[in-house]
Amino acid sequence: MIRVVLPAPLRTLAQVHGEVHLDIDGAVTQRSVLDALEARYPVLRGTMRDQGTSKRRAFVRFFACEEDVSHDAPDTPLPERVASGVEPFVVLGAMAGG
Amino acid sequence: MSEVRVLVGTRKGAFVLTSDGSRRQWDVAGPHFAGWEIYHVAGSPAEPDRMWASQSRGWFGQLVQRSDDGGRTWEAVGNDFQYEGVAGTHQWYDGTPHPWEFARVWHFEPSPADADVVYAGVEDAALFRSADGGLTWAELAGLRGHGSGPDWQPGAGGMCLHTIVLDPRDEDRMFVAISAAGVFRTADGGTTWEPANRGLHSAQIPDPDAEVGHCVHRIALHPDRPDVLYMQKHWDVMRSTDGGDSWQEVSGNLPSDFGFPIAVHAHEPETVYVVPITSDGEHYPPDGRLRVYRSRTGGDEWEPLTEGLPQENCYVNVLRDAMAVDGLDPCGLYVGTTGGQVYASADAGDTWAPIVRDLPAVLSVEAQTLP
Repeated sequence: MIRVVLPAPLRTLAQVHGEVHLDIDGAVTQRSVLDALEARYPVLRGTMRDQGTSKRRAFVRFFACEEDVSHDAPDTPLPERVASGVEPFVVLGAMAGG
Repeated sequence: MSEVRVLVGTRKGAFVLTSDGSRRQWDVAGPHFAGWEIYHVAGSPAEPDRMWASQSRGWFGQLVQRSDDGGRTWEAVGNDFQYEGVAGTHQWYDGTPHPWEFARVWHFEPSPADADVVYAGVEDAALFRSADGGLTWAELAGLRGHGSGPDWQPGAGGMCLHTIVLDPRDEDRMFVAISAAGVFRTADGGTTWEPANRGLHSAQIPDPDAEVGHCVHRIALHPDRPDVLYMQKHWDVMRSTDGGDSWQEVSGNLPSDFGFPIAVHAHEPETVYVVPITSDGEHYPPDGRLRVYRSRTGGDEWEPLTEGLPQENCYVNVLRDAMAVDGLDPCGLYVGTTGGQVYASADAGDTWAPIVRDLPAVLSVEAQTLP
């Protein structure tokens, strides 16, 4: 079970409260987590990455185990503590308010 | 008794204002999509309870929301706006080529006849069409591809297609306006396009008589005279009496011919409204007095409308999509300001009163007249 923390605007869009829990078969990567997230909540398509190119939106960041993994390749395995559900995969908007 | 619904997009959400035909008491609902920029909310003339809202945020991109119950409930529909083919480049602010990149939807223009058809004007400038109520979008790529696209450049607000005007005689004929490229028209439903800017002059481009490169802020027409077009440009208020073949300046006695919105009275095709602001650098009314100007002669001769509008210490702006008319008689007029006020006039502009005073900055105002 993968734990995902979404920023408040995306929680509102997806109509979720608290963490999202996902089951992923195979490698746990940014791409597989986002694929699973968008499959469950289609309203999130396009909000974190471009729908055509899958490129991360510039002001969206991905954190894992207190590290910014935003610039890792999307198929890089996430840390074991994320893959095992001990730590969440954190999606957030870059600093600067809004 | 008729009802009026005013759809307001703001920097931090959408609001729906409703009143009966007297337009004296208003109900304010919202914010919908709190915290998100709502560039535009537009209702379908064919099914007025159907409406679309452009919801965006620099962090998380573009969503399109649709309501089928007059704005009470909403659902996200399609938000995939892919340019057709190789996107190519336009000019950046510094004159270098810059890749076309989708940023947001500035404006929706629903078909008057088909509630499933809606057009979207977007930044970077392009025109999209949906034939399934907004679930999917396809670019009318002939506009960007007609030849001058690589020379287009952004205005201060971005390179946006902000105005879509459908000819009431024939939906295959339409006009769009782009900052800063100008007006373009099609007669075949958007397959082929041509510039329609003869007569415009802009000191901000190297050839002031060039046909492409003008920062057109807004165009409007009256359905009874669809060959008469009105334009508020970066500077100059213009009119065309030949369907965009040529333009003549009608700024006349305005205190400033810089502004953003322009609107035509619902029942008087020669009655036109603008909201002058001081200059391109000073986006507020001259002398700190918010005055809507009305011409009953299709331009040139203008009168200030001030009763009920702030006449001192007022330094707000009215953006290009933030003035609208309703279809009642007398015609109602609505302006939304960057200070968060929405002013309404139920007598064609003679007198005004605020519906609300303290919304977030208003980006757009649309008026629906309901039976």
